[in-house]
Amino acid sequence: MDGLRVQGLGNALFGPIDLAVGAGERVFLSGPSGCGKSLLLRAIADLDPHQGEVWLDDAPRSRLPAPLWRRRVGLLPAESAWWGESVGEHLPAAHPPLDDWLSALGFGPEVLDWSVARLSTGERQRLALLRLLAQSPRALLLDEATANLDPQNCARVEGLIEDYRIAHRTPLLWVSHDPAQRRRLGDRRLRIRDGRLEPEDIDPS
Amino acid sequence: MTLISLTPLDLSLAAVLILLLAGVSWRLRLGVERRVLVAALRSAIQLSLIGLVLKVLFAQSSLSLIAPVALVMLAVAGWEVMQRQRRRYRGPWGYGIGAVSMFLSSFGVTFLALTLVIGVDPWYQPQYLIPLLGMLLGNTMNGIAIALDNLTRHAWEARARIEARLLAGADWGEAIGEVRREAIRSGLIPIINSMASAGLVSLPGMMTGQVLAGSPPLEAARYQILIMFLIAGGTGLGSIFAVWAGSRRLFDDRQRLRLDRLKARPRGG
Repeated sequence: MDGLRVQGLGNALFGPIDLAVGAGERVFLSGPSGCGKSLLLRAIADLDPHQGEVWLDDAPRSRLPAPLWRRRVGLLPAESAWWGESVGEHLPAAHPPLDDWLSALGFGPEVLDWSVARLSTGERQRLALLRLLAQSPRALLLDEATANLDPQNCARVEGLIEDYRIAHRTPLLWVSHDPAQRRRLGDRRLRIRDGRLEPEDIDPS
Repeated sequence: MTLISLTPLDLSLAAVLILLLAGVSWRLRLGVERRVLVAALRSAIQLSLIGLVLKVLFAQSSLSLIAPVALVMLAVAGWEVMQRQRRRYRGPWGYGIGAVSMFLSSFGVTFLALTLVIGVDPWYQPQYLIPLLGMLLGNTMNGIAIALDNLTRHAWEARARIEARLLAGADWGEAIGEVRREAIRSGLIPIINSMASAGLVSLPGMMTGQVLAGSPPLEAARYQILIMFLIAGGTGLGSIFAVWAGSRRLFDDRQRLRLDRLKARPRGG
C-alpha cells in the first residue's frame, strides 16, 4: 500500500494506535492539549522510545536507518529550533530550487542570508516549513503549522503545503486546533481521546 | 643543600593560618568556617596516611601491593568526577564513563612515560609510578569532570536544536557535534592555561617540591615540563574519550536523543 501506515504505535501515555494515511490523503488530528497528539507525531518520526511499527510505501521503518527515515517522514514541530546563524545554513546541501517556494511564502531570495535571531515567530514558522520541504519528505507530519500566523500567511502556508502534497501525492498527518481549517482541508478528521483515535464527528459523550 | 625536616611544631604554626581563616569566615559570616576546618583536617590526615602507605610501598616495590593502591586512587577519582556532575547518567554509566576515561588516559600515559620516556626498571617502581599517576589522575579528573558536566548540561539545554537536526536527517554525531566540541574545549582549557602560565606566574607544585627537596632547578624544570606534557596529553585523550562515550550514551540504537538517561542532581546533595 502506498502512503503512511502506523501499527500498534504506543507508549505509557497513549496507544496502541493503528492508522493508515493514503498517498495524497489529508488526515487531521485534534484533541485537548496534553492528549498526546504531538507525542504521536514524535513517535512516528522516531524521536521517542515506543512500541509499534510504521511503514512508508511498504518500507518498514525498522529496516531503514533512523536519519533516512526522519528525512523521508518529515516532522514540523510546533516550535521550530534553529542551530546555525543564517537561514540558509539550515538547508540540506542538495535542495530543490527554492525561489518559487520562497515567494509562495511571501519571502524574497535574500531571506536565506538573514540571521535567524532577527526572525519573528511567524517568519520562523514559515521558514521552518520551507526547511522541511527542502529535505524532500515523502510524508508530512505537521504540528500546528499555522498556529502563529495571520490569515494572509496562514493561506500562504496552506497553499504551499497543498501544492507540495498534490505534486508528490504526499500523505499528510496534520495536528490543528483550528476547526475551520480541519473542515476546509481535511479528507478525514480524527481526535485523540484516552490515548485512542476516533473520528472527530462522533459526539463526545 | 639538604632538606630541612619539618617538625609537628612547624606544621602547627602553619595551621594557625587555617584557624585564622576560619575565624575570619566566622567573623564575616561567610559560613565556610566549618568546611575550611574539615577540609584542612582531611588533607592533613589523608596526606599523612598516604605518606605511611608510600613508605611501605617504597620499601617493597611489589606490583601486588602497588596495583591495589593505584586502583583505590582511580576509584576515588571516578567518584569525584561523578560528584561534580550536575546531571549524572543513570545507572553504572554515571560512574563508569568517568572512571574508564581516567583509567585509559592516566594509566595509559603513565605507563608510556615510565617505559618509553623515563625508562624506569622495573616500570612499576613506586617512587616514580605513584607520584606520576597521582599527578595525572588529579589533572585528568579535573578535565574530564568539567568536560562531562559541560556536555550533559548543554545537551539538556540544546534539546530542541539537537532534535531539529535529527529531524533534518542528521545522524547523532552531527546533531550533537557542536555541543561535543564545546565540551572537549572546556575540559582542555585549565591545562592549556596552566601550561601557558607555568614558570611565569606560578611555579607548579611538583617543581616547587623538587626544588625544596634539593634537586637542581634545571633538573626539576625538565621533570615539570615532562609532567605538563603528560598531563596535557592525558587530559586531552581522557576528555575526548569521556565526551565521545558520554555523547553516544545520550542516543539510543535508533539515534533518538535520550535525556531521560540523565538525572538532575538532588538539591543540597
